[in-house]
Amino acid sequence: MEKRVTFKGMWLPLLLIAPQIVITAVFFFYPAGQAIWQSLFIPDPFGLSMKWVGLGNFEFLLKDSFYRASFVTTAIFSTLVTVVSMGVALYLAVLADRLIKGSGTYRTLLIWPYAVAPAVAGVLWLFMFNTRVGVVTWYLGLLGYDWNHVLNDSEAMGLVVVASAWGRISYNFLFFLAGLQAIPKSVIEAAAIDGARFWTRFRTIVFPLLSPTTFFLLVVNIIYAFFETFGVIHTITSGGPQQATTILVYKVYSDGFVGQDLGSSAAQSVILLLIVSILTVVQFKYIERRVHY
Amino acid sequence: MAQQNGMVEKRSSGLWLTHLGMIVGVAFIFFPIWLAFVASTVDQQAIVRPPMPLLPGDKFFENYARALTSGVNAPVGIMLVNSMVMALGIALGKIAISLLSAFAIVYFRFPGRHLFFWLIFLTLMLPVEVRIVPTYEVIANFGMLNSYSGLILPLIASATATFLFRQFFMTVPDELAEAARVDGAKPMRFFFDILLPMSRTNIAALFVILFIYGWNQYLWPLLITTDPSMNTIVMGIKQMFPSGDDTADWPVIMATSILAMIPPVLVVIGMQRLFVRGLVESEK
Repeated sequence: MEKRVTFKGMWLPLLLIAPQIVITAVFFFYPAGQAIWQSLFIPDPFGLSMKWVGLGNFEFLLKDSFYRASFVTTAIFSTLVTVVSMGVALYLAVLADRLIKGSGTYRTLLIWPYAVAPAVAGVLWLFMFNTRVGVVTWYLGLLGYDWNHVLNDSEAMGLVVVASAWGRISYNFLFFLAGLQAIPKSVIEAAAIDGARFWTRFRTIVFPLLSPTTFFLLVVNIIYAFFETFGVIHTITSGGPQQATTILVYKVYSDGFVGQDLGSSAAQSVILLLIVSILTVVQFKYIERRVHY
Repeated sequence: MAQQNGMVEKRSSGLWLTHLGMIVGVAFIFFPIWLAFVASTVDQQAIVRPPMPLLPGDKFFENYARALTSGVNAPVGIMLVNSMVMALGIALGKIAISLLSAFAIVYFRFPGRHLFFWLIFLTLMLPVEVRIVPTYEVIANFGMLNSYSGLILPLIASATATFLFRQFFMTVPDELAEAARVDGAKPMRFFFDILLPMSRTNIAALFVILFIYGWNQYLWPLLITTDPSMNTIVMGIKQMFPSGDDTADWPVIMATSILAMIPPVLVVIGMQRLFVRGLVESEK
């Protein structure tokens, strides 16, 4: 699609586009190029020179049991975050869609967490489950359950999953509600007249018609779980206990900045870059399809 | 909307169940925020001897005043200012450069247009988390650690905003540009007098999303602000936790958490309709 009517001139448009191109070049392409370049070297122990190792860093990473474990952790983490936040959001959206009165009030209350930063969400959940002062920990103790996410791997994972999913519910809720409201009521009424109960209607009509929204949210939530949950993990567990909650992005940070292992961190960045590219392409392929329909 | 419940099942008990389900859901979502608020209004004693109360205490002003003026490492008042500068800088900066580049791409034919478009498109694939080490080095080389420009500039290039404006400019009737050209108006005149006022709603919706994006940044300020007086509030909270076995100053930390969410929440709630529209449309 192109504009029929355009203005003349060559320098003006170049000038107009220059700020974005300059910023993109300096802060996006140069660093990304650096990441790719650095991933092919290892610095000597004194940091004075770089030694060419080709794909050595990648080879080392893929053999590294910690890195492989981090891949598995990321897969588990992002699957759980996506399922939990989308599940709760869909449940709430279905309820809100049934209401005529009051759904505005509920919506206002439900979009609140969208504004809460992942790192702040992490602090809130950490406070509730704190091993010494946490309210939930205390009540769990009354029930005879000894909560300790500082030592227990799966409790730590559970906590970062819930805190990450919590902040994401609003976003998913808004999209599901918009998707539900776009389904023609006549279709649902026809099914109701034929005697289909709520659950049958949901399973056979509503859910299939909602699938474009669901698919879109699936991709977006996976991207969120991969990259934007750093704040949650850093505030709650710092990747621990051991490496139980070290997702890939956290590992780039901890190896690069805490461990100062630049070659490995750069190689990890490149691998992440590939993952984002694939996810973005999937997302765009899908959007393209939807635009044409 | 009105006939929605008319045809499908008459139910009054069902309606109550729906409300009940909704209230349980909202309560679950709201509980962490409520608890943080309660903790910000009681004294440390009430928290370190669990279980803490579930209703607010009487130390509201004391705790918030302590957080704002002294905090733990740096006064939270300063962090709020830093966050505000960063969030506004990112939101307004992104909108400005995206408007200009979208205008150039849509309304001009110039060499390299397609190349530039693709270069911008590719940045979609490079979240800052992926390129942190080299980007940090760039900022360090420019001497922009602990500075507002270092906080803002690397996060300012945005393919999504450029796309949104490009999309919108495409829907602007050609007749307007035609008329402007016939009247002998310069391109920039057309941009400021016609295009910009027409984009008002899009700009406002985008502003909400970008403001929250900027406000909620964590990793980037964590890396480049080593000086506590340059910390943003969202990353500053974590710095308030003692490293050893000492007990954290919970009332001040929770007051800070509440302060950290007030500006973005106000923006979202205040501009709710624009925001919901902008969100659902820009992500399509």
